[in-house]
Amino acid sequence: MKVRKSFYLITSAMVLIASLMFSASVGAVKMPLKSIIDVIFGVGNATDKMILLNLRFPRIIEAAFTGMGLSVAGTFFQGLLKNPMADPYVLGISSGAAFGASIAIVLGFGLLGLQFFAFAFALMTIYVVYIISKKGPYIKMQTMLLAGIAISAFMSSIISLMMLLNHDEMSQIVFWTMGGFSLISWSQTFYTVPIIFIGCITLYVFSRDLNVIMTGEEIAEHLGIDTERVKKIILIVGSLITASSVSAGGIIGFVGLIVPHISRLIVGSDNRFLVPFSGIVGAAFLVLADTMARTVMAPVEIPVGIITAACGGPFFLYLLVKNKNKEVK
Amino acid sequence: MTIVNVEDLHYSYGNIQALKGINFKIDGYKMVGILGSNGSGKTTLLKNISGYLKPSRGNVFIMDKSVYKMRSKDRARIIGYVPQDMYFDFEFTSYDVVMMGRTPYLRRFQRETEKDVISVKEAMIITNTWDLKDRYVNELSGGQRQRVYIARALAQEPKILLLDEPISHLDVKYQIEVLSILKQLTAKGILVFAVLHDINLSSQFCDLILLMKDGEIISIGTPNEVITEENMKMAFSVDADVIRNPITDTPLIVISKRQGDGLTSE
Ligand SMILES: Nc1ncnc2c1ncn2[C@@H]1O[C@H](COP(=O)(O)OP(=O)(O)OP(=O)(O)O)[C@@H](O)[C@H]1O
Ligand SMILES: [Mg+2]
Repeated sequence: MKVRKSFYLITSAMVLIASLMFSASVGAVKMPLKSIIDVIFGVGNATDKMILLNLRFPRIIEAAFTGMGLSVAGTFFQGLLKNPMADPYVLGISSGAAFGASIAIVLGFGLLGLQFFAFAFALMTIYVVYIISKKGPYIKMQTMLLAGIAISAFMSSIISLMMLLNHDEMSQIVFWTMGGFSLISWSQTFYTVPIIFIGCITLYVFSRDLNVIMTGEEIAEHLGIDTERVKKIILIVGSLITASSVSAGGIIGFVGLIVPHISRLIVGSDNRFLVPFSGIVGAAFLVLADTMARTVMAPVEIPVGIITAACGGPFFLYLLVKNKNKEVK
Repeated sequence: MTIVNVEDLHYSYGNIQALKGINFKIDGYKMVGILGSNGSGKTTLLKNISGYLKPSRGNVFIMDKSVYKMRSKDRARIIGYVPQDMYFDFEFTSYDVVMMGRTPYLRRFQRETEKDVISVKEAMIITNTWDLKDRYVNELSGGQRQRVYIARALAQEPKILLLDEPISHLDVKYQIEVLSILKQLTAKGILVFAVLHDINLSSQFCDLILLMKDGEIISIGTPNEVITEENMKMAFSVDADVIRNPITDTPLIVISKRQGDGLTSE
């Protein structure tokens, strides 16, 4: 059992490294493996350095950490909400971010302003959802889900209204909403990567507690776990991870839903293995999806959200059908 | 020695008074059955004893220490709790679930030690669940799952075990099996409280019975003292005959009279 799980972890890490290398090598200029390694070790020629260090590396790193962050946050949100259909956006973070981004676009702010607005509104939204669902010292998870859905619907309608009234900015808003890494440079990775990385480590620390909470909050309390505190930490850290990844890469759907799902099918529900595994798988998945996004129709870029949704949609349907068959049995 | 001492316990959910002044003491490791009609406050009493709910008035002492003053980890090392039906749709093996019972003994980054493994194995052997150790809990039968949860509580190595309707969903074979397991635990130095609905099985297996009605204890004592026609009428509004079980020589209720209070069968 243990041996098999470590095997999965090692294999997935190797797949991730291969994806990173592959992604660095393809593009308008083909880059052989040797040049990539040379550049990493600081040798290599100036053109290679320029392409890799300034263009491909920041983008690949951002995609990897976003994939990891969304998958880890998704794993925790699914466990916490005891709902396998939950994802990091389910509590309204994404619509909050989109709302903030739309305001910034309409007001004509630059990229940095847009990111700041997206980040701030994402956190504000989750805070409102949290306040609504708080009853005394307790958080009602079911109320959180419903409040998240309601607020998302409300925000989406306002975004639609803003797009109607600001025709010129409409395509920009739509493009941002679909998610993508085409505008990423080191200045984005510089602030998102530390937040996502520290966030994931923090969540991982609570993976054993989450195991127990998933079997029942009441029983967790009886086993000496301060469930309300753990829930709060998971919500706050998960929201920070999600907000920072959305603010840089836009709303990239389905990663935080399908990656935890597939990972759970492979390694089981024990979060001590599931969390690192789905983080690694998520990173590899999004790096490959982004590579597709920038190469398939080159020189035109497809928003990466379209690629993940194209993979995620059919998978979601497959899960629904599978669940339906289970009920019939 | 007094193990549990409950003093003047009051508890309210909003303006619903669920416990209205509960007092009792238990000396020695016994099997205590809690009986009473639906909504009489049995679950609320268990959750107050476990420290999960905090009373508005009164106190619960376990070996002279107030449960509400203990750190939650310390509390989890002496009190095991098995809630009423729990079901979750995640895949954890029985072994993993029982190992969760060791949570109060493990520090955050600590790996399970040999001692934890031994404790888990012992708990699973006592409850007859060792054969199920690699099976997923969400794929077990109700009776199997119930025994796994009891094993998890035993892995806490508690002095007091609280169980909320542990046999309600089981067939008669497993009912007797679970009750026998619980009874054996008292010999190992565990005080067992079990909320039960089967009066005749309680009569046979329990050392003490606590009979509740409307948030109060209306009778406490041995089955002989508590299971009387008068008490049954008072607690459940049922006209029962109490006869003696000729084999175990314990009280046995039979419902044969025409029932008043609209319970009449046509
Ligand atoms: N979470 C709650 N919120 C409000 N009232 C509650 C809550 N839980 C229980 N009550 C009320 O408290 C009283 C005691 O309930 P409790 O669950 O302790 O009864 P019980 O004896 O365990 O009943 P049962 O045999 O049906 O399990 C009932 O009137 C019930 O309606
Ligand atoms: Mg109850």
